[in-house]
Amino acid sequence: MGDLFDKFQPLIDQREALLSTGLTDPFNLVMEAVLSPTVAICNGKRTILLGTYNYMGMTFDPDVIAAGKKALDEYGSGTTGSRVLNGTYAGHKACEEALKDFYAMDHAMVFSTGYQANLGIISTIAGKDDYIVLDIDSHASIYDGCALGNANIVPFRHNDVEALEKRLKRIPEGAGKLVILEGVYSMLGDRAPLKEMVAVSKAAGAMVLVDEAHSMGFIGENGRGVAEDEGIIDDVDFIIGTFSKSVGTVGGFCVSNHPKFEILRLVCRPYVFTASLPPSVVATAATSIRKLMHGAAKRAHLWANSQKLHAGLKALGFTLGTDTPQSAIIAVIMPDLEKGAAMWEALLNEGLYVNLARPPATPGNMTLLRCSLCAEHSGEQVDQILGMFAAAGRATNCIA
Amino acid sequence: MTDRNDTATRVMALIEPFNKKGVDVTDTTRFAQDLEWDSLTVLDFVANIEDEYDILITMNQQAEIETVGQLVNAVMALKAA
Repeated sequence: MGDLFDKFQPLIDQREALLSTGLTDPFNLVMEAVLSPTVAICNGKRTILLGTYNYMGMTFDPDVIAAGKKALDEYGSGTTGSRVLNGTYAGHKACEEALKDFYAMDHAMVFSTGYQANLGIISTIAGKDDYIVLDIDSHASIYDGCALGNANIVPFRHNDVEALEKRLKRIPEGAGKLVILEGVYSMLGDRAPLKEMVAVSKAAGAMVLVDEAHSMGFIGENGRGVAEDEGIIDDVDFIIGTFSKSVGTVGGFCVSNHPKFEILRLVCRPYVFTASLPPSVVATAATSIRKLMHGAAKRAHLWANSQKLHAGLKALGFTLGTDTPQSAIIAVIMPDLEKGAAMWEALLNEGLYVNLARPPATPGNMTLLRCSLCAEHSGEQVDQILGMFAAAGRATNCIA
Repeated sequence: MTDRNDTATRVMALIEPFNKKGVDVTDTTRFAQDLEWDSLTVLDFVANIEDEYDILITMNQQAEIETVGQLVNAVMALKAA
């Protein structure tokens, strides 16, 4: 009788080979204490956090924490129910109102995670004879949304406007079309040419969904994302986002101006068949979203941090995912997994945490040390980070 | 049958630039196991086939195609559609 786990053997072997060298397991780190959005205790050591997606540093905001505590006292620890049954509290509606105000859009739907928002919206709106055209580097939640639904899936080369346009033109006449793009791609931190892509999508009669998970709060005059920054947010039919990055808690959402949007609450299975977010979570999210509307000063500081880190790493001789800083993510490209894991461990020993990203999550089978900056990182911390990269890079022979 | 032969010849010519291992390609050659293509190679190759014939081969259809022969048949069917 075959063991169903046999299919995982190559991965088990690869892990064992890597860990047998005495290396710290990069996927098993424990944060023993968290002191602030930028500092935690790992293995008893004070560690600067540079891989959290906590872009706007809202996790310890006093107003956000107070709102969560109040909701916990007044509404209890959980809703124990679906949004369409007993799981919609005043706080869930208030959170959706905050999103509508933040994006200046007519409708907002809150999901229990960002992953479920993509899973639910994509699998529900694109049906059997419809076509989904998506960037090949799309996030796993987008692919899983495609897999959960029944639409025809057509990928195109990353950020290639012409490849997108060609594929749209080949779709049979009359078929429903959904184009799925991301504002910022999380692996390399590069932005999509949304203006051109949304234009060719609209010209082909397609609806457009943009995942702005990594740009919300930071990019665009009001922090609405790359679509706002490029001046085409009104042409985007659906924006997907998450509370687990700039907002600083957990949850996901979709905002839209589609007049029939509200029907999704009854037909979207990942919305209906799961428990709603706890009252304390939606209270912290709503408070954080409203504060992010007035985050211009923080956005400017985060942008300065990103430019400083990008320039510093480049000067040290590291190969980066983008020629210029395009977001709050800066990806350092490592030659292979062994070197990447060694560099990751050396950085941790220096007192710095970054994300080790490896195939199949990465494009082009790259191994990356992915850095995500926070508006609460001080300029001094960025200097310390660069010093740690210099020391770890030399110790592991990644740089001269 | 000559139409199929013609399609097979053109498909195999498009395979060659990606045939890094120098595999002797026939109708029964498998893309994943024999040519050992990763997802990015598949994307580039499929894009070339799509451009050559001005067709779309969806991921749903790609999942059903394991061998060169199956791809040739799929291209014939999509061209006729």
